[in-house]
Amino acid sequence: MLPLNVSVVTESATTTSTRAGTGAKGSPAPGPAADEGLARRLRALACTAPLHDLDARKANLAGEYSVYEMAELALAAIDQVTLQMDFDTGADHDQVVAKLLPRVAAQAPGRPAAEHERVARWVLENMINVGSVDRGFRAVYGTFGPDGVYVRRDYDFKLIEEVPGPGGSVYLRTTDEAVNVLVGALDTDVTSAQIAAEVKLEVLVSRGRLADAQLAAEQARYRTVQYAEALRRTLEATRRDVRAVDWLNAVPDMINEALDHVADRYRHENAILTNIRKARDEAASERGPDHKRRAAELVDIVKDCIRRHTQLQSRLLEAGPLFRAEQDRQAFAPPAARAGTDLYGQLLAPLLPLPLESATRVTDAFFARGAGLRTPGAVRLGDLTDLLLTPPAPREHLGAELPEPDLVATPDDSRFSEEQMEAATELLALPPDAPRRLSGLLAEARRRGDPDLPYLVALLAVHAASPPVGTAYRQGEEKLLFAVDDGTELDDPEFGGADLIVGTALLDAAGMAADRTEAA
Amino acid sequence: MTDFATEPEPEDGAGTARQPVTPADASDAARLVSFGLQPKLAPARDADYTELLRRYRDEPAFARLADAVATGLGLIVLEVSTRTGMALAAAEDSVFAVRMGDYARRASADSADRFLHGLAHLACAAMAFPRPEDLADDGYIGRITVNGVDSFVRQACRKLAERAEAEGENTDPATDAPGLEAAWRVYTRRSATGATKDARRLAGSTTGIIAKAVAFLADSGFLQRTGDDAGGTYRTTARYQLQVRDMAGSAAMAELLELGVVPVSDGTASLLPPRDEDGLELAPDASLPFHS
Repeated sequence: MLPLNVSVVTESATTTSTRAGTGAKGSPAPGPAADEGLARRLRALACTAPLHDLDARKANLAGEYSVYEMAELALAAIDQVTLQMDFDTGADHDQVVAKLLPRVAAQAPGRPAAEHERVARWVLENMINVGSVDRGFRAVYGTFGPDGVYVRRDYDFKLIEEVPGPGGSVYLRTTDEAVNVLVGALDTDVTSAQIAAEVKLEVLVSRGRLADAQLAAEQARYRTVQYAEALRRTLEATRRDVRAVDWLNAVPDMINEALDHVADRYRHENAILTNIRKARDEAASERGPDHKRRAAELVDIVKDCIRRHTQLQSRLLEAGPLFRAEQDRQAFAPPAARAGTDLYGQLLAPLLPLPLESATRVTDAFFARGAGLRTPGAVRLGDLTDLLLTPPAPREHLGAELPEPDLVATPDDSRFSEEQMEAATELLALPPDAPRRLSGLLAEARRRGDPDLPYLVALLAVHAASPPVGTAYRQGEEKLLFAVDDGTELDDPEFGGADLIVGTALLDAAGMAADRTEAA
Repeated sequence: MTDFATEPEPEDGAGTARQPVTPADASDAARLVSFGLQPKLAPARDADYTELLRRYRDEPAFARLADAVATGLGLIVLEVSTRTGMALAAAEDSVFAVRMGDYARRASADSADRFLHGLAHLACAAMAFPRPEDLADDGYIGRITVNGVDSFVRQACRKLAERAEAEGENTDPATDAPGLEAAWRVYTRRSATGATKDARRLAGSTTGIIAKAVAFLADSGFLQRTGDDAGGTYRTTARYQLQVRDMAGSAAMAELLELGVVPVSDGTASLLPPRDEDGLELAPDASLPFHS
């Protein structure tokens, strides 16, 4: 992983410097257009800086940490967070650290586990940049303005950001900058890149180049995640404010297009899945276990993509009813007698583009009149000393005592006893190569002297006429009781019907286990 | 206090028909104001309060006396009714006014923090009363959540970022002039939340700042906490509507006009008509497929 990353980084660095060099040679003060391209590349370059910075700073840590490849760990952390990003949540801090640990441990096997965890946390915290107020990074770069004046500017960005999750928890998400750095493609269109990645994957799979195919599949998954994230934001925004969107045309069109898109992707990815499965099965016979494993991983990745698209689709379907409910609430109410201030349209929206200094004057004015009033405290010294000297009242930590539950034993009303069940099971424990007729089994049951036993045997035999193959398959049973009717009638004083042939079938437990892992 | 009580009476011109104002009346009027200073106290829950409100409604002389007490203390009377009780707002230089420096310590040192705290209050109001009709309608109850306010402002900021990008504008501020940075960038830059050692909300994050604002508003009797979902859910009270409508909204608007920004409105929702490119802005990222 590391050599690859380093090569990517060096490559982008060289291209940047060469292009900058030629630009400078061509004209001493390049125009704003050329400068803008340079600024964009400088920003892209800045996104990789925190990763390099880790390796530069590891020497300053208390302890000998030079064995750890910090940039590699950081990139792995960004990978982990990106892959765990879903609609509702992002990745959990501890989960990410836990998934990093094997890699950390592999880099320095001799070191204690506590140190490994410390390194993993240090890397993750530095990717969030916990020490700064904004929890982000800042890079300074210079550009020439349209008037030819050189201006230094601050570029602020984040790689991993913390977002609120359900129940007040904090989750991690990778920013677009991070995904772009990670995938190595800057300023690309999500959809077209996704299609490109999938076409590439299909070609690779059909030619049997699985290693490349896996790389492409992983890239496709990053794209899918990025795309889903963009849609999530869209739906959130429309849910918040029904008036901000064109409910007549744009929204239904958008939902239809997105649904079509999901259907299209779903079909496409299923086709890929079928192809890879075929490739995997061929790989198993011709090329050996490594190929099979790689193909299996590929199946997992594409399945994950499909799962994400399905999730996306269900979100899209929820949007319509929500819009209608909001429409009812907002549009069909009687108009108010007097008009109020449009707080968003007339205050908040015009305020945000203003320079910070001016905007602060407006927000200060709002705060001064809008925060309410506070009654200043006026205490007497006598009261204060009393208050300070009163011991705090002890708190009850455990709460009220739970009442002892009143349990009543339920009577055992089973038709057959445990012993009878055991005897019947013993009778029906037939060797797989010697099935028996029901009549013979009944006769043997009668010989045991228990009048109820033949009933139980007959019941079990009838039950076995439709054996639960699916359940046995899922539970990994090795054998299964079955009964077949070959047309012979049962000649018995107590029972009627067919004289079933009862036998034991052996199941291929190992094969089933293999199939199960594949299905999962 | 007695001066106040006796002075308005002769001006009334009906002194002969009514009882002269006594010190007991002045005390009652001051008591009504003191009830008004407890914003979380509901008039319906207190028989004395209800009785004083009735007197305010029925006796003009008493009403003027109570108004005078409030004015003398540096308070502005917004409304006196059984619905809101005596709704009071602090005048600018009054001892009851809340100052930004007392509200948040960092705000006095850091201009970005000062802005973010103010913006949080404005955003809460905008989210609570999304349409002008909602602000005007006395029966309207707004509902907000901490996370909802945050993502609402973030969304607005993202639109501006996209517009700036579409216009090819470089919004990165000059290094030596942070005051000229566009306001939305300050918000975008600040992280939404953050893990802390003691599992509390990160005070400097935007949700932390908004949570502080709503908690403060709840203490002022402007919001009522209804749940813990989405960072805390709240509903508005009649007092908040009055305060925003009659005090804060107009003050901020006047400041904005002074800055030369004239927001045009014909009395309907400005958000309503989606402009050509705005129709697509429900797609917050330019890279979305349904743009093309």
